[in-house]
Amino acid sequence: MTLASLKYQQINTVNIDYRTYLSAGEIAAIEHETTLLEYREAAGIEALKIVQNNRGWISDDSLFAIANLLQMPVSQLEGVATFYNLIYRQPVGKYVIHLCDSISCYLTGFETIADYLQQELGIGFGQTSSDGLFTLLTNACLGGCDKGPTMMIDGKHYQHLTVDAVQTILVELTNSANGLTEGEQ
Amino acid sequence: MPSYDPNAMPLTALVNLDKPLDFQGYVAAGGYQGAGKAILEMQPSDVLELVKDSGLKGRGGAGFPTGMKWSFVPMFADDDEHKPDNKYLVCNADEMEPGTFKDRFLLEGVPHQLVEAMIIAAYTINANKAYIFLRGEYFLCAKRLQCAIEQAYENGWLGSNIQGSNYHLDLYLHTSAGRYICGEETALINALEGKRANPRAKPPFPQVSGLFGKPTIVNNVETLSNLPHILKHGAEWFKALSPNSDPGTKIYGVSGRVKTTGLWEMPMGMTIRDVLYGKAGGLQDGLELRGFLPGGASTDFLTSEHLDVPMDYDNISKVGSRLGTAGIIVLDSQNCPVGMILNLLKFFAQESCGYCTPCRDGTPWVVEILTRIENGQGSIDDIDSLNKLCDFMWLGKTHCALAPGAVEPLRSGLKYFQDDFLQHIEQGCCPLKKDHIGVGLKQNHLTKNPPAAVNGVKHE
Repeated sequence: MTLASLKYQQINTVNIDYRTYLSAGEIAAIEHETTLLEYREAAGIEALKIVQNNRGWISDDSLFAIANLLQMPVSQLEGVATFYNLIYRQPVGKYVIHLCDSISCYLTGFETIADYLQQELGIGFGQTSSDGLFTLLTNACLGGCDKGPTMMIDGKHYQHLTVDAVQTILVELTNSANGLTEGEQ
Repeated sequence: MPSYDPNAMPLTALVNLDKPLDFQGYVAAGGYQGAGKAILEMQPSDVLELVKDSGLKGRGGAGFPTGMKWSFVPMFADDDEHKPDNKYLVCNADEMEPGTFKDRFLLEGVPHQLVEAMIIAAYTINANKAYIFLRGEYFLCAKRLQCAIEQAYENGWLGSNIQGSNYHLDLYLHTSAGRYICGEETALINALEGKRANPRAKPPFPQVSGLFGKPTIVNNVETLSNLPHILKHGAEWFKALSPNSDPGTKIYGVSGRVKTTGLWEMPMGMTIRDVLYGKAGGLQDGLELRGFLPGGASTDFLTSEHLDVPMDYDNISKVGSRLGTAGIIVLDSQNCPVGMILNLLKFFAQESCGYCTPCRDGTPWVVEILTRIENGQGSIDDIDSLNKLCDFMWLGKTHCALAPGAVEPLRSGLKYFQDDFLQHIEQGCCPLKKDHIGVGLKQNHLTKNPPAAVNGVKHE
């Protein structure tokens, strides 16, 4: 997808039928969430997370399909999807790096790690590396204030970060991603 | 002064971060006795009286008496035509206050304690459904809590006819998708309803009309975790844990460049010095104490003159700050106060929900001014503007407490670090970066690293 097409992408995905778009597993998981709450639309956040777990991010198509399943206005679901920072409304890399930029990590060396990550990956915050492996984001306090600087990748928390440690992590993740690709081929 | 045991640690005694106790282990260690006593031997009104007597205050930051909060929930006779279909108990585990990491410690270390506590609280307000609202980033907590909930169901502590009584309770774990504002109780309720987490206008208070329009109690993890122990040992025991008027223990945290960062459970009302020097060992070599935030990012700065103030709700308030979450964030002599306040305000600007104008527009405006000052392009008028903004965003002028929380470190920073602000303006740069101290530190970090830990995680 070129930059121009991304920028001016026309939304022509109205009335997507969830039955043809979402997988049976996704539908079952979302339906289960709706049973725990009083209204169907209350499961919106969980539904977005379920679909994002499977597909990496929430595309317009996904958004329409989920709204269709939960019988709620798409605009309302879009309001929710864009409010919460762990819902990605743009494509992301295989690994999303959430680097904590809150105060305790800031006092213990966030800037050094932030500079290194941007330099090593050749991208700024909010961007994805050209090989599609890494997306770099900041995150509000990760709750590892006594072990700063910290970051989170794929649900795993990395603490007491140093430049060397981050380098090792990046190499490991890159190798693991490449290994997976070779295996699939 | 009544005698107290300085080493009493009821909340954290069973914490095991590597391998938390499973159901059998927790029961063997005395777990579920408090819940059993409440459900099988006491009426909800008796439990409420006990919690009121204990004087337990909310540990989420506001310090509101828990028993009083519960007493606002309307109780109905079974044949009352106005009786709602349901009432709800929600545990606020959306711990996102920068510098605060105590709830994570409790959830990862002893998840069954929270499950037991929620049974007690839900029974007291006669709720049959309860939710744990956990922040999305705490994956390990989610896994362990889910496991504890399942074990509680298997062993008859959740579901219908709990331990042979008539009481039934369903407990669900909900993981959030981010945003600091979800920690505000009415915003949390909106988030749980699948909406944008904008705080609601009060009244009506959630105790009367909360989740799905039904009476709802929202309590913090640490607050709830006290309940099993209060039920087991009684109100007098709880009061005797602390040497002063605020009863119980408190989990204190220290972060920043101190010798030992971490969490310590101590009697409520130990002095700041006890925590910062007694437990955390003071600052790292070569650094001096400039100031600290006593209870997370949204509390006023205090300085070394306040070290002997007891860390409880009343005494910290008297010196112009708040106990908050009791997560002390330390500012050392080689970090710039202006830079620190800028970082704090960036956080609040980013996390503002955007609902009310003073917060949505005020916080980025402060960030803009502070950035200018930190970069050496500020003027003396900027200080006046900052002081005005502190007033524009203060309590009563905003929809919720987020912007006033942002004002607290700013206004106190302007007071205690006035010279630093003036130096930035007069010298046209950050004094720490001028003589390359800041840069030197950076290079030091880059070149002289400690050996890389396995997977980047250093276990202590």
